[in-house]
Amino acid sequence: MNHRVEPATEIAQSISPAPRGISELDRRDFLKVLGGGLLVCLTRTSSWAQESGRAFGGNELPKELSAWLHIAADGQVKVFTGKVEVGQNIRTSLAQLVAEELKVSFEAITMVMGDTDLAPWDMGTFGSRTTPTMGPQLRTMAAAARQILVEIAAQRWRVAPATLTTADGKVTDSQNARSLAYGELTRGERLVKTVSSEESLTPAPEWKIAGTPVPKAEGRDFVTGKHKYPSDITRPEMMFGAVLRPDGFNATLASLDTRAAERLPGVKLVHDGDFIGLVAPDALVAQHGLSAIQAKWNVPAQPSNQGLFAYLKNNPESGGDDGPQHVSGSVAQAMAGADLKLKEQYTVAYIAHAPLEPRAAVAEWTDGKLTVWTGTQRPFGVRDELAQAFHLSPAQVRVIQPDMGSGYGGKHTGEAAIEAARLAKAAGKPVKVVWTRREEFTWAYFRPAGLIEIKAGARRDGTLVAWQYHNYNSGPAAIGTPYNVANQLIQYHAVKSPLRQGSYRGLASTANHFARESHMDGMAHLVGMDPLEFRLKNLADPRLQAVFQAAATRFGWGRLKSTPERGFGIAGGVDKGGYVATCAEVEIDAASKRVRVRRVVQAWECGAIVNPDGLRNQLMGAIVQGIGGALFERIIFANGRILNPHFAQYRVPRFSDTPQVEIVLIDRKDLPSAGAGETGLVGLAPAVGNAIFAASGIRLPNMPMAPQSGVPGEPDPSFRG
Amino acid sequence: MGDFVLNVNGAHLRVSSPAEETLLSVLRNRLNLTGTKYGCGEGQCGACTVLLDGRATRSCLVSVESAAKTKIVTIEGLEQNGKLSAVQQAFLDEGAFQCGYCTSGMILGATSLLHEQQNPTEKQIVEAMEGHICRCGTYPRIIEAVKRASHLLAEGASR
Repeated sequence: MNHRVEPATEIAQSISPAPRGISELDRRDFLKVLGGGLLVCLTRTSSWAQESGRAFGGNELPKELSAWLHIAADGQVKVFTGKVEVGQNIRTSLAQLVAEELKVSFEAITMVMGDTDLAPWDMGTFGSRTTPTMGPQLRTMAAAARQILVEIAAQRWRVAPATLTTADGKVTDSQNARSLAYGELTRGERLVKTVSSEESLTPAPEWKIAGTPVPKAEGRDFVTGKHKYPSDITRPEMMFGAVLRPDGFNATLASLDTRAAERLPGVKLVHDGDFIGLVAPDALVAQHGLSAIQAKWNVPAQPSNQGLFAYLKNNPESGGDDGPQHVSGSVAQAMAGADLKLKEQYTVAYIAHAPLEPRAAVAEWTDGKLTVWTGTQRPFGVRDELAQAFHLSPAQVRVIQPDMGSGYGGKHTGEAAIEAARLAKAAGKPVKVVWTRREEFTWAYFRPAGLIEIKAGARRDGTLVAWQYHNYNSGPAAIGTPYNVANQLIQYHAVKSPLRQGSYRGLASTANHFARESHMDGMAHLVGMDPLEFRLKNLADPRLQAVFQAAATRFGWGRLKSTPERGFGIAGGVDKGGYVATCAEVEIDAASKRVRVRRVVQAWECGAIVNPDGLRNQLMGAIVQGIGGALFERIIFANGRILNPHFAQYRVPRFSDTPQVEIVLIDRKDLPSAGAGETGLVGLAPAVGNAIFAASGIRLPNMPMAPQSGVPGEPDPSFRG
Repeated sequence: MGDFVLNVNGAHLRVSSPAEETLLSVLRNRLNLTGTKYGCGEGQCGACTVLLDGRATRSCLVSVESAAKTKIVTIEGLEQNGKLSAVQQAFLDEGAFQCGYCTSGMILGATSLLHEQQNPTEKQIVEAMEGHICRCGTYPRIIEAVKRASHLLAEGASR
């Protein structure tokens, strides 16, 4: 089975298989699908060329970036992107940006997303990259298309293009009081144009559709049950697949008896090396078949929660240390001369994404071509995984990603897609595989556990002078400090993870903010300063200052005095272009030590806001989700087995955990828009930890801070979430 | 295999299935009513909630045999003549979803609550909905949506 350690860092994570362009054959199919109309192509944009050097480890991006946008004769606009909608609302926000530049109504736009036969290659939907990269890309295409339409109208009317205006899906010649709808301009014509990337884009202060709270696209389908998620897809003659899982990680098969399963009506068993699966005419028989298989496994002894963090520190990836991430001045000298010093170890646990829709796929083979509908954040990555697994060319594989029941970084990989394809190939019919909740909790991958060691020194007046920071395994994102410290040593250490780990919403940023902002709080206490004042004293970044001040003002920071039953905490930071400051109020029950987060105020700034309503929804959700990792979420494991693979044992935030949430948005229309899917999550845990400290005087350096129970070998938690 | 007649959204539907098959599986896999979702199969997440005789019930814990004795309403059955129910409308108006996978169950849970308690307090909403997970963390908006639906119903909207 697959126990390979998934790359934990966002840098490694983005190393995808070499991108490939769309072949000529695909292009013809593509035109067949679309029929007549205007097709806008672009040879290469400068923003993508730059992106390639940074994000793709030097891999060349496809030279041809084509077919992002299509205007049909009826004026309806189709926009093609490999980005996927998982609840973060980009189906809406990207359409707003296109509508803005093209000068059409929001309703005229249909986003075609995550279909590898229709969309240009894309790395995947992660790292809060959609708004800062796909946004400008599609805006450029839309602006180019609008320019072409103006030129066509100018030719038809024999007037100068500069005399024409565009609005509401029409080109207007106001001097001669005439106009033509975009659809009228493209009717009966198939135009393929190559345009330059140097389009002038509408500045945010002039936005009329972008920047407004447009409701979620196709929202009605979500309240009527009409929307088809990946696990809802059905195909004619479809069968149901199930896969036998070993008793533990790294297990080897000792014995196998499948006779009882094979006697069940319609069941076909597929046994190929490590893979044992079956197909059945219905889902129930598939599960019965699985239960009827008698398999014995040898599971080797493996690490458990007990001693995990010592294990992480003592098991570097082969090749040893990665070298200092960042060094300035001399930490050793500065520490020796510091008036006040603080040293602490922080840890974060493995946690599960637990998307409510588990991994699911429907696979269908037709004339040697494979089509898979599946929930993934990387449709092109999964296409390449499938091509590799079945020795096909990527052009023979189509992955379609219906808007899914979310992922939070947990659906980068194509396990269910490969399983469904394997079973469908053996069955000669389409096959659906939907993972059970237990499978999702066990055989997916986890947010990395990590150990962070910090030593810091300050002068008596509150000036930070030394900052030494070692992160083992949780990842390098947002590892640096935004505070001014002359002497720094900051290092990330890649280690051998006992559990399969990978991407997660806010991945390492959550751990690094928890450690840093907890430590800053401790330093403020040590120097006897208010935690906000201490931060602002050591901070030069005006954008971060602004969110701290906005959150503090709305929260009433300074007027609120902590008591043993009620604590107030603050934390903040910047990552992926998003600036966040979070204030939290916690309530601690004196007898039970139960911790409740009562109120959260979060200030946020990510440049020009594309959709303030969607943004508020994202930030509120991030805060609520963050409560889980902060207080009680953690995977318990021993000897290759996950011991809490159910919602009854793995506590996630519920209605009763929900605090009063207030979001303060700072809209910087003078700055480019950054993504907002992740960084809204990172302030919550340290703000809550700092609030608990303010109330109790107890520093909780381990996430989760208030788990439901201890794990073997660890002391019982002082607080309960 | 047994033959069952299910009263689903006012229609009588004939299905052949083993008597112990869950209502969730029958709705999704035999009747193609996929608005009802699988989240855990253990009654811990609420994604599969339907109404049985008006009461919110986890369809993953009910056999088709016992469901055959009841009146079943799924998310597909709330809209009447193109008009959303008050709860559906309120969820749409509040934007009370992100990925939307929990939404069917949330709406049916709220519909059941408002059937029993026309004007619930926030505490009553939280208690009634506690068994529903929204992993995207949309709870504050869902609470607002339930309150809005309560007001819509008081103004005479259809349940």
